[in-house]
Amino acid sequence: MSPELIASLTVFILAAFLGFELIGRVPTLLHTPLMSGTNAISGIVIVGAILVGGASGATTTEGIISFVAIVLATINVVGGFLVTDRMLGMFKRRDRGPKE
Amino acid sequence: MIAALSQTTVNFAYLVAAVLFILGIKFLSSPKTARLGNVLSAIGMVVAVVFTLTLDYVDRYAFVIAGIAVGAAIGVAGARLVRMTAMPQMVALLNGAGGGAAAGVAIAEFDRLVRVGDLPGDTTVAILASTVLGGLTLSGSVVAFAKLQELVTGRPIVFPGQQVVNGVAFVGAVVLAIVAVATESTALLGVSFLVAATFGVLFVLPIGGADMPVVIALLNAFSGLGGVGAGFVLDNNALIVGGALVGASGTLLTLIMAKAMNRSVANVLFGAFGQVQAGPGAARADDGRTVRATTPEDVAVQLSFARKVVVVPGYGMAVAQAQHDVRQLADVLEEQGIDVKYAIHPVAGRMPGHMNVLLAEANVPYTQLLEMDQINAEFPQTDVALVIGANDVTNPAARSDTSSPIYGMPILDVDRSASIIVMKRSMNPGFAGIDNELYLDPKTTMLFGDAKDSVLKLITAVKNA
Repeated sequence: MSPELIASLTVFILAAFLGFELIGRVPTLLHTPLMSGTNAISGIVIVGAILVGGASGATTTEGIISFVAIVLATINVVGGFLVTDRMLGMFKRRDRGPKE
Repeated sequence: MIAALSQTTVNFAYLVAAVLFILGIKFLSSPKTARLGNVLSAIGMVVAVVFTLTLDYVDRYAFVIAGIAVGAAIGVAGARLVRMTAMPQMVALLNGAGGGAAAGVAIAEFDRLVRVGDLPGDTTVAILASTVLGGLTLSGSVVAFAKLQELVTGRPIVFPGQQVVNGVAFVGAVVLAIVAVATESTALLGVSFLVAATFGVLFVLPIGGADMPVVIALLNAFSGLGGVGAGFVLDNNALIVGGALVGASGTLLTLIMAKAMNRSVANVLFGAFGQVQAGPGAARADDGRTVRATTPEDVAVQLSFARKVVVVPGYGMAVAQAQHDVRQLADVLEEQGIDVKYAIHPVAGRMPGHMNVLLAEANVPYTQLLEMDQINAEFPQTDVALVIGANDVTNPAARSDTSSPIYGMPILDVDRSASIIVMKRSMNPGFAGIDNELYLDPKTTMLFGDAKDSVLKLITAVKNA
């Protein structure tokens, strides 16, 4: 294994442990926004798609595949964050008053 | 167009993005800070994307911006238009998009590495993982969407030899990916992706509607792990950290959901093959107990004499879109000084947290939404439990009947309240295909009809009572 791979593995394992710790503290109340919010984070692959498809030397095949990946990842990111925000905006401690 | 920044600077920006993601998830631990957390994560994403564009070898801006524009338009429209009741479908599709993108990145980068003759020998596993997981997440999510949207039946779809076919498809996808990497063939890797996608379809088809919370959580995990794989191929820490967080989240949710059904993840995923059909009618002993139907007027009288009412919502409430009316009923009851709370079972609905989102949409303060352990302590002091479209999660057979397929599943102890009213469309059994002992309980009365209809009638009746 190359040193790069070991470094990447280290980052992965530590991030995974951190993820378990953090997510274990999210109340069940917020499990849906948790899922859609983290889902948006997985759209970070958009960076990968830009790195491959946005590079000047990319071939047509790479370009087409990357373009699809950019579109899908953006849907994931934009849709995910917006829908999570919309949901979280609804969670209120108290409503406008007992009677309205 | 944009000043070129060094790789080191950009890598530092990725670190900032990773920290923002972590803080974002940390802030999700309380509903008070959750919205801010989501904004932090989104800022992290913008940082990562903008800094990537400053790299000197990234110069096809028109191409990138066109892709982002198309994706953003679809994403904005989807997020704005989706109804809260359709949120499970939406989350499924977003998972699929993430998985598909991860596979795309891996395949395109593989092609580039082969072209420039720089394919490292130790990235085989990463390429394999992102292609296969990405492919099956994409198609599996689409099938999950179709099931939730009722474009195909929510019942398990099974055929003889399915397990063998699935096994062959999965192993085939993996072997193809390995051969593709060994022979440095992008086309073959594409075939592996297609086979994995076929497996994704076959994999989700036999899983029934009520098991969707597990499937969606699992696909969530896969989309994250696909991203991790792509991160390894690209040697990019932003992708690895982001993907690992999502992988951890999805995995944990999968385990929580399976535990809430007292089933192993394997049983949920492959259970339909064994067909968990208990002898129908096993719970309906011939002891003369029968189901008693009631009317909205009778229920209204019962409710107006109650001091404490617990609402137990289930998928039926979501289907009937009755959450706003339920909240209105609760308002009317609260005006009469009755204490109203909601009992939320972890697997009620079609995804983790489904009921919470629906009731939040209807402006129910989240302090009234109680988790199973909290509310179970309160049922003995409850005068009326109002079960709205929930079934298996209230079945006392889970506690007592060792022969029941749901035996051992933690349930809401609805039967411990002084009286129970079950709102239900008909006497059809729930998803598990078993009778609910609760309906035969002498304390239980049934209010048949569409949940929304019944609740509206109840509101009128309570006002007149």
